[in-house]
Amino acid sequence: MANAWKSLTALGHETAQVVTIGPYVITERFDIALASLALRRGQDAAFHSAAQKLGLGLAPAARYQKGPVFSAFWVTPDMWFVEADFAAHEDIAAHLKAGFGAAASITEQTDAWVRFDVAGAGLAALFERLTNLDFSTLADGYASRTVIEHLGVYLIKLGPQNVALYGPRSSGESLLHALEVAAKSVI
Amino acid sequence: MSQSNRISGGQIDRSQTLRFSFDGAAYTGFAGDTLASALLANGVRLMGRSFKYHRPRGPISAGSEEPNALVHLRDGARKEPNTRATVAELYDGLTASSQNAWPSLKFDAMAINDRLSPFFAAGFYYKTFMWPAAFWEKIYEPIIRRAAGLGALSDLEDPDSYDKAFAHCDVLVIGAGPAGLMAAQTCARAGARVILADEDFRMGGRLNSETFALGDMAGADWAAAVVAELAAMPNVRLMARTTVVGAYDHGIYSALERVSDHIAQPAAGKPRQTLWRIYSKRVILTAGATERPIAFENNDRPGIMLAGALRAYANRWGVAVGKRVAVFTNNDDGLRTARDLQAKGVEVAAIIDSRAGADKVAGLRHETGAQVVDTAGRLGLTSITVRLANGSTETIACDALGVSGGWNPNVHLTSHQRSRPEWQEDIAAFVPGQGLPEGMVCAGAAGGALSTHGALTTGQACALEAVAALGLSAKSAPLPQAEDAPLAIRPLWYVAEGKGRAWIDAQNDVTVKDIKLAHQENFTSVEHLKRYTTLGMATDQGKTGNVLGIAIMAELTGQSIPATGTTVYRPPYTPVAMGALAGRSRGKEFKPFRLTPSHKFATEQGAVFVEVGNWLRTQWVPLAGETTWRQSVDREVLATRRSVGICDVTTLGKIDIQGTDAAAFLDKVYANTFGTLAVGKCRYGLMLREDGMVFDDGTTARMGEHEFVMTTTTANAVTVFRHLEFCRQCLWPDMDVQIISTTEGWAQFSVAGPNARNLLQKIVDQDISDAAFPYMGAGHITVQGLRGRLFRISFSGELAYEIAVPTRYGDALARKLMQAGAEFDAVLYGTEALGVMRIEKGHVAGGELNGQSSALNMGLGKMVSKKKDSIGMVLSQREGMNQPSGYRLVGVKPVNPKDSLSAGSHFMEIGAPVALASDGGWLTSKVYSPHLECDIALGYLKAGDQKIGRTMRAVNFLTKTDTMVEIVSPHFFDPEGVRLRG
Repeated sequence: MANAWKSLTALGHETAQVVTIGPYVITERFDIALASLALRRGQDAAFHSAAQKLGLGLAPAARYQKGPVFSAFWVTPDMWFVEADFAAHEDIAAHLKAGFGAAASITEQTDAWVRFDVAGAGLAALFERLTNLDFSTLADGYASRTVIEHLGVYLIKLGPQNVALYGPRSSGESLLHALEVAAKSVI
Repeated sequence: MSQSNRISGGQIDRSQTLRFSFDGAAYTGFAGDTLASALLANGVRLMGRSFKYHRPRGPISAGSEEPNALVHLRDGARKEPNTRATVAELYDGLTASSQNAWPSLKFDAMAINDRLSPFFAAGFYYKTFMWPAAFWEKIYEPIIRRAAGLGALSDLEDPDSYDKAFAHCDVLVIGAGPAGLMAAQTCARAGARVILADEDFRMGGRLNSETFALGDMAGADWAAAVVAELAAMPNVRLMARTTVVGAYDHGIYSALERVSDHIAQPAAGKPRQTLWRIYSKRVILTAGATERPIAFENNDRPGIMLAGALRAYANRWGVAVGKRVAVFTNNDDGLRTARDLQAKGVEVAAIIDSRAGADKVAGLRHETGAQVVDTAGRLGLTSITVRLANGSTETIACDALGVSGGWNPNVHLTSHQRSRPEWQEDIAAFVPGQGLPEGMVCAGAAGGALSTHGALTTGQACALEAVAALGLSAKSAPLPQAEDAPLAIRPLWYVAEGKGRAWIDAQNDVTVKDIKLAHQENFTSVEHLKRYTTLGMATDQGKTGNVLGIAIMAELTGQSIPATGTTVYRPPYTPVAMGALAGRSRGKEFKPFRLTPSHKFATEQGAVFVEVGNWLRTQWVPLAGETTWRQSVDREVLATRRSVGICDVTTLGKIDIQGTDAAAFLDKVYANTFGTLAVGKCRYGLMLREDGMVFDDGTTARMGEHEFVMTTTTANAVTVFRHLEFCRQCLWPDMDVQIISTTEGWAQFSVAGPNARNLLQKIVDQDISDAAFPYMGAGHITVQGLRGRLFRISFSGELAYEIAVPTRYGDALARKLMQAGAEFDAVLYGTEALGVMRIEKGHVAGGELNGQSSALNMGLGKMVSKKKDSIGMVLSQREGMNQPSGYRLVGVKPVNPKDSLSAGSHFMEIGAPVALASDGGWLTSKVYSPHLECDIALGYLKAGDQKIGRTMRAVNFLTKTDTMVEIVSPHFFDPEGVRLRG
């Protein structure tokens, strides 16, 4: 939904920030729309049918599944976070509601989170400073809620050298700071 | 001085000379030295003064168990007190200084304490300084603390950073001596993920300090070869300079890695130390053993040390502690020291062996059945006095004495979860007992196998056991041939001869006499013994002295040593700096902070911020010329009530509740009814705990038939969400309810005041007239084309709305609101003005929602519906919570408007004594009301609803105020609610 409003990123800038520390590149993502999608009781058939029609892969527990338009990661039983391109799907909740109808509870989550993509060689060394996940054993596509510096975050391992982090938007600066300090500590 | 005591050999790099200083004097050492080995190489034996008596002391060990050689390491802001010289790695430019001595280490005026020692026996401070009692805190204790002590802090901020990290493994091997290396090698070859942690900077444990071979290799070379093999394996993490300090549940261990302590200062961005949390499936404890001394008169002189340390300095560091040495032992291991030193060309004056009839060492004077009964040498050992087997005494000149009273397996980590060690008679020591931490096995000396062969055998066996438990297979590889000599100990705990003091716990200056005194005064349990004498309570945690003390107490009570028992070891195994425990959480990074969507805008306006939990909220926004906060707050309140004010209320918790049972769910979690709430309306809700007390409050809007938006207080946003999740998942799992927090997702602003509607109508695309959007209305809107939400609710008592847009547009909305409000003289207001207006209106908030108050207390008793079941409803009906004499919310005004009120003041009836029995309740929140032009307050007053109009006293012992107040209705402002419905 195009509008004339001026927006700010979680870090308080008009454009997303990129920080490079040694081999690590930390990129604030401001171009992804996000919504929670939860199955309503007894609506399994309609729910899964709607997901299929939208080309939305409902990732199993602790997994992320990329799709052509909508990608999703599992957050809790019968609940997922769905991603889409922000420019095309700013009102992602409305898009999904149109598909799922009464089969799902859908809530816009785009601005509830700050997303940082962390890329580079040696992510295991970085993330062992930040989270208790056994990062080096995680398969690509792993997704889990965890804690970084007291902040509840979702960590998605997109590939051996790519991680997406969703943290609380209001603490975006604190989360970035934690990433920066840890990165400087291990390079 | 040029390393006069340096001898050949050792695992030091003589090509790298390192300069360092101790107490201002310059010395040199080599790479691979510790501070202690380098000082000893330079002939410096005196390194500290004792805790209580200021006795001259030198190192007694070569490891982390050291009680004596504690120094200030580094200087300036990096000065670190109580650092053990025996484990401080030497680096070029290291500076160290002695502690607990004045004016100098060699001449310490406080050594007068040693002369006064009869007055300073164990527990002296329990018996003296009894009168007058008031002197204890202000006079006696400070004096005692100054006289007795360890190092001093720099009082400067630590410039270095500390880190935390997490590691995972199949097998954690603790200690890289022969048992640990064998265990790690076996596990690693089987494919297990292995972490091998060792506190030393050179792995190998005692193999680095001994001369015997493993197979056809020197022990140290074998260790180096295994370490090299492990280092090349991708499934192995070697963690040198890392002490495993604590054992916790579920295979979790804490370990302190000294990342930068061995260099002058950490590299940029690098931490000084890292505290690791290690998650393991299996643990093999191979932490070795610690030698213990024998107590005898004046056994604490510099130059007297543990026999194993004496030969470690010779073998590993190429240092002869003395030119002429003696050994006092009750076991065969002590004899090794004499042999090794002799082989190194050091003169061995005699072996004093307490065992009568022990096999004599050829080529050395070996006195069996003999004991050291005294020593001489003011600042360092010059001679020992020996009672020979024939009953005669002989003084033997020597400047170093190695003492071996046996070896104590390092069982500490086995005890962190309350496993009690067991006594093993053949080595006269405690070994790991039953009930070890889950997944832990012990090998090598830590398990009581004191020979090298025993270490290798048990290390391999434990590894095979661990590997099998992991479902892996491993081969039992042939072990290298290694010494397997028994300890052949005949326990001797202390030498009974002599009237002087014989030291047990060198760090706390605990003597044999102190143990006897404790026994005499009936402090015979080990726990009482510890606390009465302070045995084992210092930074070394009694690693060398504890068993000695227990054994002597056992002898005094006539009990066996195992029956006497041990105290409980707790983490940490060795001291951990507070900085390491804090990690990155210091200063501004102590905790994460949360910024509101309008933070940038508010900053530009010069807002003053206040921490509300992790949030930084606008407290007030001063204008030019305003010199006090009150001026700003009064202006914000008056301007809001006069026209319109804008406040960022994003911090209030927002929870989306959806599902076909959402309404029924709300009826269960709220005390009042929500099932009847119409779509497009919102209602104030009161949430109780199971015990009937108020948990939280807020408004909840029905945005659709099965879609609600709940708001919570800022403080309880997380706890309410967690509570709802518990209700949903555990109490009523069959209900069709889905919840998710949207607190951060929407930027929400309160727009309050008579012109609120006029302002908003300029930017909201829909009609929001009173008819179209009445009081307590709620709905989806668009704001200049942008999706948003609008709620007509009021916390201030004014005509008010809360308007929300997606957070990224919050800054823009704040600016638009102020721009649109310019014609109405709109103001930004902060939490202080918010507080003033809510108290003027009589709304409860933090001070009243204190977790101890019921709906009835708050004057909201009628909100608890009895027509339905809800959490807390039944228990809120308890008789004791419904007494007419109970607390009721009241308003409070000073009788004299010029008087100030203070929150926390207690109500007293006029004429009643100011005493607890007269306490009628307390002021919960207080503000200055610019409308009433006086302080006003809310409070809980017993039977307060029956005391409206009464005059009472508000007494505050903290502010020392006693104010006459009038009890009034809590609704100070617009009690009929005309304005908010306007």
